[in-house]
Amino acid sequence: MEVDQLQRTFHHYHASLFNEGFLDEQFVQLQQLQDESNPGFVVEVVSLFFEDSERLLNDLSKALDQENVDFRKIDAHVHQLKGSSSSIGAQRVRDACIAFRNFCDERNIEACLKCLQQVRQEYLLVKTKLEALLRLEQQIVAAGGASPM
Amino acid sequence: MGGGVATETHQFHVLAVDDSIIDRKLIERLLKTSSYQVTAVDSGVKALEFLGLLDDVDVDNTDSNSHHHKVEVNLIITDYCMPAITGYDLLRKIKESKLFKDIPVVIMSSENVPSRINSCMEQGAEEFFLKPVQQSDVNKLRPHLMRGRKSSQNHKRKPVEECLSPDRTRTRYNNHDLEL
Repeated sequence: MEVDQLQRTFHHYHASLFNEGFLDEQFVQLQQLQDESNPGFVVEVVSLFFEDSERLLNDLSKALDQENVDFRKIDAHVHQLKGSSSSIGAQRVRDACIAFRNFCDERNIEACLKCLQQVRQEYLLVKTKLEALLRLEQQIVAAGGASPM
Repeated sequence: MGGGVATETHQFHVLAVDDSIIDRKLIERLLKTSSYQVTAVDSGVKALEFLGLLDDVDVDNTDSNSHHHKVEVNLIITDYCMPAITGYDLLRKIKESKLFKDIPVVIMSSENVPSRINSCMEQGAEEFFLKPVQQSDVNKLRPHLMRGRKSSQNHKRKPVEECLSPDRTRTRYNNHDLEL
């Protein structure tokens, strides 16, 4: 595919992620930290986010599955996930975490399970979209274009 | 230039402390874009260890001729919410340390809690940044670093103060009286 066409696809997709609320201004901050001296910065941080989130989601599942649920531990995990999603600009994941923490305060297991499902859903959505965005970037660079990030 | 100031021409060295790997990557990159040298650690314990302030290796209480070599750090930026030792605990330990009490400390937090901010500032933190930390926040660090450097230059001149002209008093070089 031609570089120009790829660039257009990238820009269009990138804009839609912001319009649909998947990403916020913080993601733009990440992009601004990427340059010729650090060309893989966004990929690196996003990959760390994926690893970290998957670990936390697993820990949350396990924690909610216990006989005696430790809500403080759950709150700590959600707090971490809220922090990392906020740091990369994954707005909908962050917002789902905020809602989750409110139910932790109420010590409501059923509600927490629902929240976990919500958070996981939002995470999988943004993961798919970020992977698609990064793949487009890769294709542009491979076709000889400059990274649009 | 006068003796003992060779290290003054080096880059500023910032110690960054955060248990989140993502936030550590971010703050490291932000600091490096400002051309600071960065050491990033994932806990308050590791920060104290790096500074030589952990109980079994207490540089504060070793005499000046000991083989313990004081590490050169110009600023410490730490997350507030960390397991084991919080950023606040770390701030207190640094301010209680003979060697490091004059090093500027900055706190970062994802939560905007006024009482938390107040207690950190009262404990001697220079700044309190809300996460996610921005380039504009990191730009605020420079004056603190410059002031710290001037202060350490003056401490190095102390042994030769008898050579200074009689109308220069020590208080003019006090941290708080410096005009930038």
